[in-house]
Amino acid sequence: MEYAVQTQRIGRTFGEVQAVDAIDLNIPKGEIYGFLGPNGAGKTTLVRMLITLLLPTSGSATVAGCDVVSEANDVRLSIGAALQDAALDLKQTGRELLRLQGRLYGLNRRELDTRLDELAGLVDIGDALDRFIGTYSGGMKRRLDLAASLIHNPEVLFLDEPTTGLDPISRARVWEEVQRINEELSVTIFLTTQYLEEADALADRVGIISQGRLMAEGTPNELKRSLGNDVIFVQVDGQADAAKAAVENIDGVVDVDSSGGEVIIQVVNGAAHISDVALALNERDVHVRELTLRTPTLDDVFLSVAGARMEHDAE
Amino acid sequence: MSQAVMTTPARPRIHARRAGFIRDVLSVAMRALRGIPRDPEAIYPALIIPVFFYAINIGALQDVAERIPGVDYKAFQLPVGIIFAVTGVSRAVTMVTDIQTGYFDRLSLTPINRLAMLLGFTVADFVLVMTLTLPVVVLGLVVGVRFESGALGLMLFVLLSGLWGLAYTGFPYAIAFKTGNPAAVNSSFLLFFPFVFLTTVFVPLEAMTGWLATIAIFNPVTYLLDALRSLISVGWDFEALIKGVGAIALVGSLSGAFALAALRGRTRRR
Repeated sequence: MEYAVQTQRIGRTFGEVQAVDAIDLNIPKGEIYGFLGPNGAGKTTLVRMLITLLLPTSGSATVAGCDVVSEANDVRLSIGAALQDAALDLKQTGRELLRLQGRLYGLNRRELDTRLDELAGLVDIGDALDRFIGTYSGGMKRRLDLAASLIHNPEVLFLDEPTTGLDPISRARVWEEVQRINEELSVTIFLTTQYLEEADALADRVGIISQGRLMAEGTPNELKRSLGNDVIFVQVDGQADAAKAAVENIDGVVDVDSSGGEVIIQVVNGAAHISDVALALNERDVHVRELTLRTPTLDDVFLSVAGARMEHDAE
Repeated sequence: MSQAVMTTPARPRIHARRAGFIRDVLSVAMRALRGIPRDPEAIYPALIIPVFFYAINIGALQDVAERIPGVDYKAFQLPVGIIFAVTGVSRAVTMVTDIQTGYFDRLSLTPINRLAMLLGFTVADFVLVMTLTLPVVVLGLVVGVRFESGALGLMLFVLLSGLWGLAYTGFPYAIAFKTGNPAAVNSSFLLFFPFVFLTTVFVPLEAMTGWLATIAIFNPVTYLLDALRSLISVGWDFEALIKGVGAIALVGSLSGAFALAALRGRTRRR
């Protein structure tokens, strides 16, 4: 199998802080890989190492077959990147920015015209290309940023939280475009996100990062299945530890995690055991505010592997 | 019977490659040049202030200065107006904005030659400072200043002024790369004062005394002003011109070295 991104125990420290800790990744060509974690987990640091803006302090990595340290110039020819904040010059028009970007990648005039036509359709920004970028909405800036990162037909595209701060409609459009880029151009996409639903909807495989370490990896379904068949979600009034103690020995319960006032109970057959859970909580006088049975989510997976709920910026 | 099959030839996939140093510089320069008229608030003061000072200096000091036999104060002040026009004018604040918005990182992700990221801006700066000399030169000609060195001397006058402006731009770029802070870049204007005022800005070196005369002797701007004044008042004084070019080269080497070191620091991966 050919890999677009491979890392071997790659790490990065800033002084005493271990931002990324010995991460191993093997991302095949053509995959959308979702790197999921809360703010400060180390996602951006890893991306900046992979796109040659930052040196690793340990381990190694290759992108498109080139070493990110010793062959940085070759890596740059093979990748595109849209970083966390749309990195644009507001005093250029969209067309000027894309043309400059293309010229720096060595594209001639004919190639630039071709790529501009293709990208204007692909990221749905055609009408606005001749306006100053300063007049664009947040969603349009993101899409232009995406177009700029694609101007040279990269093999691997890095998207660092591409929808953070966008409204739901703009977010859905970016999702569509990411899927289209992957399907139509066969571009490998390395996507970091703090949105569970984004990783769930877009990624072929998901890596969960917390405090610089890769905690779990697999397809969204694999990760969810790893928790068992069902999840009973209990919200209590400040008695999470008592609730946990009450239910952990019930038959069929695989694992119990608690975070704040929430208790997540993994069970083999939820429908058969939810009444047992309710009775056990009642016997211990736990005040239950909510008791629901559902299939696991990536948030449950994150809680299970990281010991805390995902928290991300409010929209 | 054979059947002809028409096929559309597959279009070759467009792929990235290095553009080359010259193309990198021109690409960055074109962007910087396009940005100049879109940033009028940065340009208008640079157009107005030197004309203002030229007019004020002449109005205030002409009568006194011209009591010295042979002094044409309008001609004497014209190079000062030019130095005011071109010193410290650069696109370094735009560079800082690029750093702060992450656009500098976006450019760093391309295979662009790192030196081109600076040189492209300085090409635009050179065009800008040459343009900024024109209002003062035109004003000087309107009030009766004539060039003993003729039209060619006038062109050299503008060229030397532009080169001086270019030589000085290394300082604001060095600060821009080092700090990424627009306030710090604007403070590079402070360097302007000792360069421009501790020299023969108001009176000739022979009329200066004490510590100011000593400092003026070591100030490169003294020799730049001498060279520019010689083109107006003397004609072709090659010794003065060589000293003027030497002063530009000295300041340019110093500021350029600072700017390159700061660029290396900014683009070096850590």
